[in-house]
Amino acid sequence: MSAPNSKRGSYFLITPMALIFAIFLVVPLLTIVVVSFWDYDEYRILPDFIFENYSYLLGSSVTWQIYLNTFKYAALTWAFTLGIGFTVAYFLAFYVRSLTWQIILFMVCTIPFWTSNIIRMISWIPFLGRNGLLNQALMGTGIIHEPLEFLLFSDFAVVLADVHLYTLFMVVPIFNSMMRIDRSLIEAARDNGASGWATLRHIIVPLSKPGIAIGSIFVITVVMGDFITVRLMSGGQSASVGLQISNEIGMLQYPAAAASAVVLLITVLLIVTALLRLVDIRKEL
Amino acid sequence: MVRTREKRPTAFYILAAFFALFVLFLYGPMLTIFILSFQGENGGLTFPMNGFSFHWFVNLFQQQAVGDFGGSFLRSLKLGAIVMVVTVVVSFMAGLAFRWRFRGDTFVFYLAIASLIVPSILISLGIGLLFNIFQIQPHWYSSGLGAHLTWTFPFGLLIMFAVFNRFDPSFEEAARDLGASNWQTIRHVVLPMVAPSLIGVAMFSFTLSYDEFARTLMTAGSLNTLPLEIYGMTTNVTTPVLYALGTLTTVFSFVIIGLAFGAVLLLRRRKTIG
Repeated sequence: MSAPNSKRGSYFLITPMALIFAIFLVVPLLTIVVVSFWDYDEYRILPDFIFENYSYLLGSSVTWQIYLNTFKYAALTWAFTLGIGFTVAYFLAFYVRSLTWQIILFMVCTIPFWTSNIIRMISWIPFLGRNGLLNQALMGTGIIHEPLEFLLFSDFAVVLADVHLYTLFMVVPIFNSMMRIDRSLIEAARDNGASGWATLRHIIVPLSKPGIAIGSIFVITVVMGDFITVRLMSGGQSASVGLQISNEIGMLQYPAAAASAVVLLITVLLIVTALLRLVDIRKEL
Repeated sequence: MVRTREKRPTAFYILAAFFALFVLFLYGPMLTIFILSFQGENGGLTFPMNGFSFHWFVNLFQQQAVGDFGGSFLRSLKLGAIVMVVTVVVSFMAGLAFRWRFRGDTFVFYLAIASLIVPSILISLGIGLLFNIFQIQPHWYSSGLGAHLTWTFPFGLLIMFAVFNRFDPSFEEAARDLGASNWQTIRHVVLPMVAPSLIGVAMFSFTLSYDEFARTLMTAGSLNTLPLEIYGMTTNVTTPVLYALGTLTTVFSFVIIGLAFGAVLLLRRRKTIG
């Protein structure tokens, strides 16, 4: 297959994709880096080479609080999506016996992913609100007498919505890893007297690690950069790094937004690099 | 534990219950807004239902304070269609390219991964700034299209990887041995075999684009796409018309999924008959 002209063919075939990435990914990211050193006033951005955007950003205690808050969302969402995602994938991969049912149940999990994230967030409002279903039900059964206020427009609501939106990102790669586990390993474990729990702990969890790493990369990066969920579900009462950037964009403070963006990008890349040490993505496809 | 015909273990029932709860968690909230979108004319954003009506759906199509639903829907539809066609073609080409090693292949691969994990708002900001600096007017079909492609290409490429990793090259070799040209081999052997996956890429890219918000924020120009319109509505609309819109776009997404699956099934059947 390594005919001499197949290489030239490859270059021809990859050009469109490489070009689009160059124009709409690489150059824009470089632009952000450049603009993060620029100056600005109320009306426009001014080419310059100053460090004020960074010194202001990193010197402000607000920034650190926002990062702390964003890490909190990321950590909580990661823990819940991992717990739920692993359990769901484990059930699908090892307890559903027929392939048809595996496919059907897997589809049931993935279909909501094809619908609008914003709509899925909004759909929590009639459920969690002050007069929402949950409060009505809890008050109806007499468990509480005052409606619970923390359900909507709170950190709780943000994490709940994140878990709702992104658990699938855990289920898919973990399920994929689990389906590749050689079933004879599990039989061997059982024949040697391992309990279901021991098999899970010593065989299934270690062999699912690539899937767990890929799912974690997805979930953590998406939550780190998120701003819509935080704005909608916290009702403007909490902040995240993404929301800060989006606010700065709204106020046309582009260089400040760019500096925030560069710091966020570095943070995300550090997290991903750490996680990539656990997995070779190309091998997992 | 696995593939045995004996009695199901207790763990099965616990896990099945967990799974059922998870499905309820996924679908429950959406179900509530479907029901509430049929709220009576005087009904509010929460239960109880104050009668039953199509009032809010009718309301949606009347041009008024709600904004430009029709226009933004059409724009999202067109953008989704363009993104879909470009993604299918370019991903298929890239998938073919990656079957041989070439200089820079790892670099392009990591670009795709980077495109996936760079926070969407950075893409939005970067493209917005770029157009701003060069004083090019952003439009949904230029900057918006590019922003969406950075989101759909990685998915398209990863799907093509998964396909070609499992692709048996002996079919192609047979075609070549029988004297088929490169183009003929691709057109008559490779393409029919990967067609169901390409439909998957098409559905993926259309719905990703149709629902994309963060990357469109600074790149759509002066005219909104549907998710931007919906987002605007969440801050200033306090009637169930919001739910009606949610119901409508979700039904539309389901129709697209249904069409894609229908097409895949049709291809499979044709293959088994032919």
